[in-house]
Amino acid sequence: MSQRYELNKNLAQMLKGGVIMDVTTPEQAKIAEAAGACAVMALERIPADIRAAGGVSRMSDPKMIKGIQQAVSIPVMAKVRIGHFAEAQILEAIEIDYIDESEVLSPADDTYHIDKTKFGVPFVCGAKDLGEALRRIKEGASMIRTKGEPGTGDVVQAVRHLRLIMKQIRQLQNMREDELFQAAKDLQVPYDLVSYVHANGKLPVVNFAAGGVATPADAALLMQLGAEGVFVGSGIFKSGDPAKRAQAIVKAVTNYNDPKILAELSEDLGDAMVGINEQEINLLMAQRGI
Amino acid sequence: MKRIGILALQGAFAEHKRTICELGAKVIEIRKKDDLTENKLDGIILPGGESTVIGKLLNELDIFNTLHQMIRDGLPVMGTCAGLILLAKNITNDEHRYLEAMDITVKRNAYGRQLGSFHIISKFKGIGDIPMTFIRAPYIECVSEMEGVEVLAKVNGNIVAAKQKNMLVTAFHPELTRDLRVHRYFLESCI
Repeated sequence: MSQRYELNKNLAQMLKGGVIMDVTTPEQAKIAEAAGACAVMALERIPADIRAAGGVSRMSDPKMIKGIQQAVSIPVMAKVRIGHFAEAQILEAIEIDYIDESEVLSPADDTYHIDKTKFGVPFVCGAKDLGEALRRIKEGASMIRTKGEPGTGDVVQAVRHLRLIMKQIRQLQNMREDELFQAAKDLQVPYDLVSYVHANGKLPVVNFAAGGVATPADAALLMQLGAEGVFVGSGIFKSGDPAKRAQAIVKAVTNYNDPKILAELSEDLGDAMVGINEQEINLLMAQRGI
Repeated sequence: MKRIGILALQGAFAEHKRTICELGAKVIEIRKKDDLTENKLDGIILPGGESTVIGKLLNELDIFNTLHQMIRDGLPVMGTCAGLILLAKNITNDEHRYLEAMDITVKRNAYGRQLGSFHIISKFKGIGDIPMTFIRAPYIECVSEMEGVEVLAKVNGNIVAAKQKNMLVTAFHPELTRDLRVHRYFLESCI
């Protein structure tokens, strides 16, 4: 394993216990940083607006991303379309801190993901189950997040994906060693990664929750289910009082096991984003790229 | 058995915990003021993470004043990366100041963005050659020798580890390697 890959996994370790927030302008980035975001995701439109606008959604304008890089001192991430390695090369050229190869954007390739081992900058990828997570890791992702269902304000899919990943990890842990070969076939992943999970009871990289997080309680729920940190997309800047809600979610991730503190910081947050239920969605982004 | 608090607000505190446990000390995670006051601590570790986040949470969770006083009263403290920034009296490229306990001047993100992160084996005074992992790391621009700050390690001419009274800081992350010697140095030479 290359030293660069280790360093990239290490950066994700520094983000643990933190909240990564979607921002579309330098002003929003400053609000997020002041509210305690451990990193920001720079994008032109937050997922809820991408969903509303329809059409093809692509990597953001590098100039807009650079504006956000200049506005804050915390790490800046940005998204590329699944399989679009040229977009990734562009983001590497502007020294982005993390690339999200994301199902939120329209996929550029319906078969292949980016060979992330060819890059110096780190990648985070979404996953709905352990097989997807380990395939992305083998391709070079140094951080994983659940896919959830972005831009909905509905946490149900993130919960489903996180629970499934954690359950599959526990199942691997409990297997006999001679059962791992078949497990690798079933999961469609290389044996060495299955063996790692069996021995360590966790993914070889940091695992965040993402998709539909709208309240401090949502964040606490996902942390208690085993997430090591949380991405919040539309949930903050689609709510009534973004700065206050952002701060509350940051504190909820730190104190996810303390209901008293959670109760205090859930008070008076104003309107949460309206949200869409699973049954009302026309486009399931989580099904992109498996 | 020594009892070491690890500030667990955000960042890589689990890695410090594993290392301290391997060295046979007891770890107490510090998430609120009571954790500081209700446990008799022999030392505390301020881990890596984002200094803006940890600094803000220290205030908002009402830990700041108590921690500040305990360090001033001589509680041994080890700060890595963000922890170093929290302890510094001066930060050249940031308007924020945090615990302002140590007479050092620090530059945040001194090596640039993630592509500037690196790993090197280099000399640490009193220990020898050790692995050093720098992740979007700061370095120390200068220290006050008048106030008794001792430089412990330099990489490419920049100060990356120092000690002053009860305080030990590193710009790199000893907790990310399997080498226990810096933590052992803290437990044996600072406590």
